[in-house]
Amino acid sequence: MGMTTVSGTQNAGHAGSEGVNQNTTRPARLDLRGASGGGLFEYAPAPESVRPDIADSYGLFIDGAFVEPENGARFASINPATEDTISMVAQASVSDVDRAVRAAREALPTWAGLSGKDRGKYLYRIARRMQERARELAVLETLDGGKPIKESRDIDVPLACAHFFYHAGWADKLKFALPGREPRPVGVCGQIIPWNFPLLMLAWKIAPALACGNTVVLKPAETTSLTALRFAEICAEIGLPKGVVNIVTGAGETGKAIVEHSDINKIAFTGSTQVGKMIAKSVAATDKKLTLELGGKSANIIFEDASLDQAIEGIIEGIYFNQGHVCCAGSRLFVQESILDTVIDKLNDRMGSLRVGDPMDKNTDVGAINSKEQLATIKKYLALGDEEGAVRHDACGSALPEKGYWCKPCFYSGVQPSHTIAREEIFGPVLAVMSFRTPDEAISRANNSPYGLAAGVWTDKGSKIFDVARRLDAGVVWLNTYNKFDPTSPFGGYKESGFGREGGRHGLMAYCQ
Amino acid sequence: MSERLPIIKTYKLAIGGKFPRTESGRSTSIHDASQNLVAHVCRASRKDVRDAVDASHKAQPGWANATAFLRSQVLYRLAEMMEGKRDELANAIGENGQREVDASIDRVVHYAGWCDKYAQVMGGSNPVAGPYHDFTVPFPVGVVGVIAPDDAPLLGLVSLIAPVIAMGNACVTLASETNPVPALVLAEAIAPSDLPGGIVNTLSGFREELVEHFSTHREIDAIHAAGVSDEHRTLLRTGSADNLKRVHVHGEVDFFDEEACESSAWIDPFVEFKTIWHPSAV
Repeated sequence: MGMTTVSGTQNAGHAGSEGVNQNTTRPARLDLRGASGGGLFEYAPAPESVRPDIADSYGLFIDGAFVEPENGARFASINPATEDTISMVAQASVSDVDRAVRAAREALPTWAGLSGKDRGKYLYRIARRMQERARELAVLETLDGGKPIKESRDIDVPLACAHFFYHAGWADKLKFALPGREPRPVGVCGQIIPWNFPLLMLAWKIAPALACGNTVVLKPAETTSLTALRFAEICAEIGLPKGVVNIVTGAGETGKAIVEHSDINKIAFTGSTQVGKMIAKSVAATDKKLTLELGGKSANIIFEDASLDQAIEGIIEGIYFNQGHVCCAGSRLFVQESILDTVIDKLNDRMGSLRVGDPMDKNTDVGAINSKEQLATIKKYLALGDEEGAVRHDACGSALPEKGYWCKPCFYSGVQPSHTIAREEIFGPVLAVMSFRTPDEAISRANNSPYGLAAGVWTDKGSKIFDVARRLDAGVVWLNTYNKFDPTSPFGGYKESGFGREGGRHGLMAYCQ
Repeated sequence: MSERLPIIKTYKLAIGGKFPRTESGRSTSIHDASQNLVAHVCRASRKDVRDAVDASHKAQPGWANATAFLRSQVLYRLAEMMEGKRDELANAIGENGQREVDASIDRVVHYAGWCDKYAQVMGGSNPVAGPYHDFTVPFPVGVVGVIAPDDAPLLGLVSLIAPVIAMGNACVTLASETNPVPALVLAEAIAPSDLPGGIVNTLSGFREELVEHFSTHREIDAIHAAGVSDEHRTLLRTGSADNLKRVHVHGEVDFFDEEACESSAWIDPFVEFKTIWHPSAV
């Protein structure tokens, strides 16, 4: 394998760089890569200045009001960039979940009985209010989860708002959504969401459920509860009928209480494949409807006739977006053999200019790892990658802050298909680079995975790109682009990446019967 | 003149376009309502399920890649073949056989027409907020395990198979346990039709023995079942959780009810919607 630079050779001199926003001491590199190359420009820190009001502690949002958890238990929500406690969040017990389900059940007939237009108007109100409070939500998301402010500001929050706008308009048009069918609400929906896109995943779950006339009990992930609680405030603020949305915070036990509750009609879960399978077993003997959006090990395939610079940007975006905490992250890169060396050079180059550090800085590309546990998981995989003989490249120019949970973005070359880092979902900024010779080989290797969430293809040949897209086992295929999302565009996986789609007309099917 | 002594036929399994006996060497006897012996059938084993899954996997990509127009014609051809075997099928069903055969043929005709329309009705173009061409198209899920009901042994089976194969899936079917003969006669109608061998594989046997193997086989991608007990329904779902099969088990169904049984909704569980993005600006 002909890589030209490996770990450490490019950034050997960066030890003098101190702190996140002070890359001023980083030495210029010896090669001449033009003005866009990393390290040639210096940036002044540009921290986001809005500070949202955060309470010292939060209750559970049940039946339209914040209430104390039954046993008074709370846990800390940590800022992963500083390890500071931001707030104390309630730990919902089995009986708290039961209270929430009863509220949702009680609210159901009235909510389902509202005219579609009125349900839609409530959703429009939510969307508008979220837009008006967008900056506050973005800052909160970044503080609580560690993602770069430019992502929460420009992607997470606007997309979450857009999801409510889009679904608001469906509420009175459901009979047109699925031709020849008369959609009815499913009932009370239990929804469990992950920590990688907290507010956006909440929107993906709550907006279609409400549009279709269901009521919900939603549990945010334990490390990222704050935007869901802020969303609860918005629901109360805009006068959403009580009980329609209930937010119960907590960890796995709270989720289990939702899954096992006998008066829930539908479970929607986004998270790991392992937990998804447990949920599928747990509801097997019941009539609960189930949709699962699970893990991935998505392939990004780059052909020799691709527009290379565009492809490199797409690959970088595909794996390092949101620190790689993305279920559809393009974590396996298949490069056509003839351009392997060039691609590795260009990746090394591009990574040199990635800015890792303070998530609240508007110039930051890669923020903090969401939690200590996740950092440990990623480190375990890095150790395995090294151990199994792949070559690590982490030519990132930024020094990592001392406090907080940080991981240098990296990629591995010399990866064999049998390596753990080529097979298992890492959920971190780690890319496995492999090569192929023919389109058939690329497709069969890309499909050789229990997962089937997303894929990317890069080539300027039209017929080839659509043929490859057709043959890839993936629910979302990005051609000459990657990681694009839109409320009108269905998202979801093949095989062990789960079942059901979220977004678009197809997403409604999960919330109607 | 003495009455002719009839030949009692042993119906074999249908796997990959061939008619093998069960590898287990077991068979059972089928009696009519008056307890007369009418036929012998194979009692399929786990190995037969695996062989049928292999055959399905070999055949499925070619069927999926056939044009929708061609699949539509092939399904219509199957209806023609069934029409030619109306009497044999009706006799195998017994009471009210003719009515059930007619409804079964019409059901195949209904789903034949869906092959080249489903993608238009259920797929679509997504107006994303950016310069992208974004569209959603259905693809077959792959290999589907079909567990047929005892009630309406032909119509129930056909109603489960037709929506599955219309979109390019292959299936491994377990025939009605109480009367598998109509399913096995259907297999003989399928063999000389234009449907490629291995797209519909038919097994006869006991649910108690085989349902578990359907649910846990990792190369089966989905399950379509009707008329199974609550325990078998739970077993199908539990076993399926290991590779996250898409499981669709019907409750009470009146298979003669066209309104209820003829809908794109019957196809939905056996497709994967794939959404494809491409920039449309330079």
